[in-house]
Amino acid sequence: MTMFRRSGEECVATFAPQEAQVLRQCVAELAALLSDNPDPDDPAVERLFPDVYPEDPEEAAEFRRLTEEDLKAAKLDQAKTVLTDLLESGGEIRLGEEKADMWLRALTDVRLALGTRLGVEDETDIEAELDEAVGRDPTSSRVGQLSVYAYLSFLQESLVGALMD
Amino acid sequence: MGGMAAPQTVPVEVPDVDEVPEVDRAWVTIVWNDPVNLMSYVTFVFQKLFGYSRDKAEKLMLDVHHEGKAIVSSGVRERMEYDATRLHGYGLWATVDQP
Repeated sequence: MTMFRRSGEECVATFAPQEAQVLRQCVAELAALLSDNPDPDDPAVERLFPDVYPEDPEEAAEFRRLTEEDLKAAKLDQAKTVLTDLLESGGEIRLGEEKADMWLRALTDVRLALGTRLGVEDETDIEAELDEAVGRDPTSSRVGQLSVYAYLSFLQESLVGALMD
Repeated sequence: MGGMAAPQTVPVEVPDVDEVPEVDRAWVTIVWNDPVNLMSYVTFVFQKLFGYSRDKAEKLMLDVHHEGKAIVSSGVRERMEYDATRLHGYGLWATVDQP
């Protein structure tokens, strides 16, 4: 599996075409979720745009009105950065500090959306979930999504590690 | 708070003084535990956004993880709202409160 490593001032990884395609598809789905008038009742959207004042709906709505467009634009910008940097054919990615930051945030948003859809909780053991899902039906979409989630977690962990090295 | 020596001669000012603590009472930014964000990433974000040392950022991250939440910054309300927005930009689950 591809992971990021530190090389001088940069974080570097080489993506196989299949990995690049999976990652691009996830990020493109996130971008679509953010672009098409996000449904505020969608749990993934709720998680990406939390209420700043959970006990005061009026204040929360007012704050949202003032800030949500900017936050959404930033999240879209991050997603588009990854889609621009990473080719369908994969290959080497070299990220300076600023770009690495954008990638980290995009990977976070993708994992938040996917994790919410998968019902990931604090005690969730992804490997055990995956084994169980494979046992039930190895061709199910849940197996695919859990595998992707595990891959994205691994990739992000390696990028944080490379950045903090 | 200075001015202890100054005799209070104008009673009208007294209510103003009383109101100051209400207005200035500190607000806080709270980060809540979530099952998705990686511990290393949360530590990274605390260091990056607040300039905290690795040790302090790690301790805060562990507080969030074990206690379910932690106060990551405190001060005037506008600043806390700014911090919460930046944390949301990094995908952390942050709220603002006046305890």
